[in-house]
Amino acid sequence: MARKILTEHINVPGIETFEVYRKQGGYTAVEKAIKTMTPEEVVEEAKKSGVRGRGGAGFPMGMKWGFLAKPEGVPRYLVCNADESEPGTFKDHYLMKMIPHLLIEGMIVSSFALGANKSFIYVRGELMYVIHILEKAIEEAKAQGFLGKNILGSGYDLELVVQPGGGAYICGEETALLESLEGKRGNPRNKPPFPAVKGLYQCPTVVNNVESISNMPWIINNGGEAYAQIGVGRSTGTKLISASGHIQKPGVYEIELGLSVEEFMNSDEYCGGIRKGHHLKALVAGGSSVPILPANLIMKTANGEDRLMSYESLSDGGFATGSMLGSGGFIVFDETACIVKNTWNFSRFYHHESCGQCSPCREGTGWMEKVLHRIEHGHGSMHDVDLLVDITKKIEGNTICPLGDAASWPVASAIRHFRDEFVWHITHPSEASAPGAVYRGDMALV
Amino acid sequence: MTDTPNTVAFTPERLVKAQEMIARYPEGRQKSALLPILHLMQEQMGWVSSEAMDYVAELLDIKPVEVYEVATFYTMFHLEPVGKHVIEYCRTGPCCLMGGEEVYAHLRQKLGINPGETTTDGKFTIKEVECLAACGWGPVFQVREKYYMNLTNEKVDEIIDELSK
Amino acid sequence: MEETKPQLFKITFDGIEVEVEPGTTIMQAARKIAEADESQAAIVPPAMCYYKPLPASGGKCRACLVRVAQGSAKDTRPMPKLVPSCITQVQDGMVVENTTNEAVLEARKGIVEFLLINHPLDCPVCDQAGECHLQDFAFEHGSAKTRYEEERRTFEKEDIGPFVQLHMTRCILCYRCVYTADQITEKREHGVMNRGDASEISTYIKKSIDNDFSGNIIDVCPVGALTDKTYRFKNRVWFSKPEDAHCNCDKCSGKVTLWYRGDEVIRVTARKNTWGEVTEFICNTCRFERKKTSDWVLEGPTKVKRSSVISANKYRSDLVKKPDFALKLAATQFKNIDDSRPYITDPETIRNQSIENNDKANHRSLLNQNN
Repeated sequence: MARKILTEHINVPGIETFEVYRKQGGYTAVEKAIKTMTPEEVVEEAKKSGVRGRGGAGFPMGMKWGFLAKPEGVPRYLVCNADESEPGTFKDHYLMKMIPHLLIEGMIVSSFALGANKSFIYVRGELMYVIHILEKAIEEAKAQGFLGKNILGSGYDLELVVQPGGGAYICGEETALLESLEGKRGNPRNKPPFPAVKGLYQCPTVVNNVESISNMPWIINNGGEAYAQIGVGRSTGTKLISASGHIQKPGVYEIELGLSVEEFMNSDEYCGGIRKGHHLKALVAGGSSVPILPANLIMKTANGEDRLMSYESLSDGGFATGSMLGSGGFIVFDETACIVKNTWNFSRFYHHESCGQCSPCREGTGWMEKVLHRIEHGHGSMHDVDLLVDITKKIEGNTICPLGDAASWPVASAIRHFRDEFVWHITHPSEASAPGAVYRGDMALV
Repeated sequence: MTDTPNTVAFTPERLVKAQEMIARYPEGRQKSALLPILHLMQEQMGWVSSEAMDYVAELLDIKPVEVYEVATFYTMFHLEPVGKHVIEYCRTGPCCLMGGEEVYAHLRQKLGINPGETTTDGKFTIKEVECLAACGWGPVFQVREKYYMNLTNEKVDEIIDELSK
Repeated sequence: MEETKPQLFKITFDGIEVEVEPGTTIMQAARKIAEADESQAAIVPPAMCYYKPLPASGGKCRACLVRVAQGSAKDTRPMPKLVPSCITQVQDGMVVENTTNEAVLEARKGIVEFLLINHPLDCPVCDQAGECHLQDFAFEHGSAKTRYEEERRTFEKEDIGPFVQLHMTRCILCYRCVYTADQITEKREHGVMNRGDASEISTYIKKSIDNDFSGNIIDVCPVGALTDKTYRFKNRVWFSKPEDAHCNCDKCSGKVTLWYRGDEVIRVTARKNTWGEVTEFICNTCRFERKKTSDWVLEGPTKVKRSSVISANKYRSDLVKKPDFALKLAATQFKNIDDSRPYITDPETIRNQSIENNDKANHRSLLNQNN
């Protein structure tokens, strides 16, 4: 069995209560950090651990903490990004509902490290029931002296606020999240200034993903170095993978980074293989935003090396033959899946979720969706394929926030690897637009 | 000016709750309470009318237009009256891979309405939404705060029958 | 130690060096170059949403994206992405490429296309035509043909009162009118509703926008989304003659531009600078109610750029300069002719010859008309 950092106790009955969580060793990290360490030492452990942002960007968390400005007399904020909305990703949802105290404990330790006295957990509004779970956990922790004024007699005060979103994927972007938390439309901000300098209420702010913060209790208890021992290379620690699509056992799995994609996909401990009687056609490895990979590039990289579940290996080959680990949304497609239809579906998502502030994303996402809709429904023309590629290029890199890139990559990569399927839709409009129709050309399946 | 705020005012219990929400933020940052308070209003009214938004604006001491801008940006707020139960099903890729389309077609057929519509008895409204972060447990829909997961046609029948009571 | 003088940052923009104060944006540095030398006007990035008089504006339309080839003298690395020049501050030793960079021009072509795909292109009936920034932008950077085959976006019509006509289909969501209402009126009543490509300027409750300075949202609008109802369909702007004028107003500076058709004042606007930005916002009384010459003290004809269509039929030979676009057109169509004659390079001779040629052409056309 692989090591578990986040989910070790997740199935213990009653783990959502303070009492059980405490019995399993919970809140010892708070005691250790607040009683025996300085905030700087906590930051140092985060740095040593090498833990990278689990929301998708993969930026080293300790380094992000290091950027936090500390002007005299200005409050600093820690905001937890629990606006999980990336299609294919549901790990934070799982973690928060199953073991809420883990996040609360992580928030206390991290807030202490950053010198924040008021911290926020921004949860997507749809997860209102999870918000109630978190609020209850906070009340319990407060009653036990782990939150509120003068925590454990240390003189350190911390208040935790759970903030609901209102239904907007874009608020997963950290500056849009801060705008939303200020009670505004979720329009991402232009950067610089970065939140580390001017964030919530124009004060220095760190925004971290649920899973990133939930690693902190283990890191404090066991040391950053021990954390860095797990995993492979610069992909340290474990990662929650949300597995969905055409597999035997969809669900959330904690893996040690560096596990082979093949083992994750096929072993009974994880996905349990493709649905019976079917074959692997494609994989989106890190949430809908990352490039889709065709069957021949999933288990092996273009060089013939084993593809691993790590930041580096999944991106091996760049976008030509690789993808990204992203948020760990592992979406598996078998031969019954229509790539054109799925690309249109994802494109509709980004069109729906664009905030509309900057022109390339506002106009480009809608344009792509309409063209893809036409192709899928038998009204495409041959020039549409290159038109789509060109639109993705005009959006990518030119927008205020990464949503433009996220909308472009799935389209560009689907055409890169499955161009034949797009062409077939155009040349065989009536066949392709029939319900359930799928291209069965000479495509590599595994 | 409109005199309707009286009809949309929070109940005393909710008003206390709203005041608590406002108090969570630093002074002068009461606008931060806008989303939680809009949720609270929707919980009370079932939807959010423009009069309700004006009331919220007054409560938070902000301009009404600031509330309209926000309420129309986020998809969770119903800006028109809805049925007793609002069924919001996820139409995004992974749920479709898990058989969502058939299940949702069955749901629409069973209720005889399309997304955005309400049954004539006023009991159900269907809305199509994007990813609900439950992809591995799809197909999925949400009715108020409750998630219904791993849906099948049979399960949909049971749920609708239960909610119809 | 030497005496300390205010330190200036030196930057290179499209190969031209300029010194600016710290905190200056790339856009302002480029404008400084053009203000010092008018012939460089074409290097200034276009601004569709940025508006200097309105703090916090900019960064949205992406029309002004430029490439930073060198971040600063200290950190010589290029910036990984194109950056919006309107809100990116210069660093000492920064090297910026605008018209000299292929990727920038390509991206800009994309922005024009994005702004146009859902635009109604109803210029023939649009009051903004002739002073529309989107027209200029499309003319400078767009293509003659569209690749867009889908249905164009439309909106439900909304009446926002007796003075301002809202045409949402023409809007490019620059947010300028929102900032204007926020910053110079007491209480903003309109804003951006909905999101994505369904975003729209609206009051939501369909009420009229009513305050003393609401008319300024017309002047800041880069397109024909907000136009003057009292001027609607009255004239094409190039048939009208602008005159600067002022009055003694207790609400605003009273400094305006009057737009004449013959002897009749058909429109009053605020005055604008070279960059199309209002220099001083004016009140609704000046704008909508003072429409007689006798209400005003005239100051003389408004300076209009020769390249502007507004200058058509108002030819002043003493001010003639070749318009930028013609120079550019000439440059792109210029081909070396294979002959051994020396080219005339002296500007004076060229100008004289072209005047001569014009005269000849005019003479010919007169002859044709008479025949």
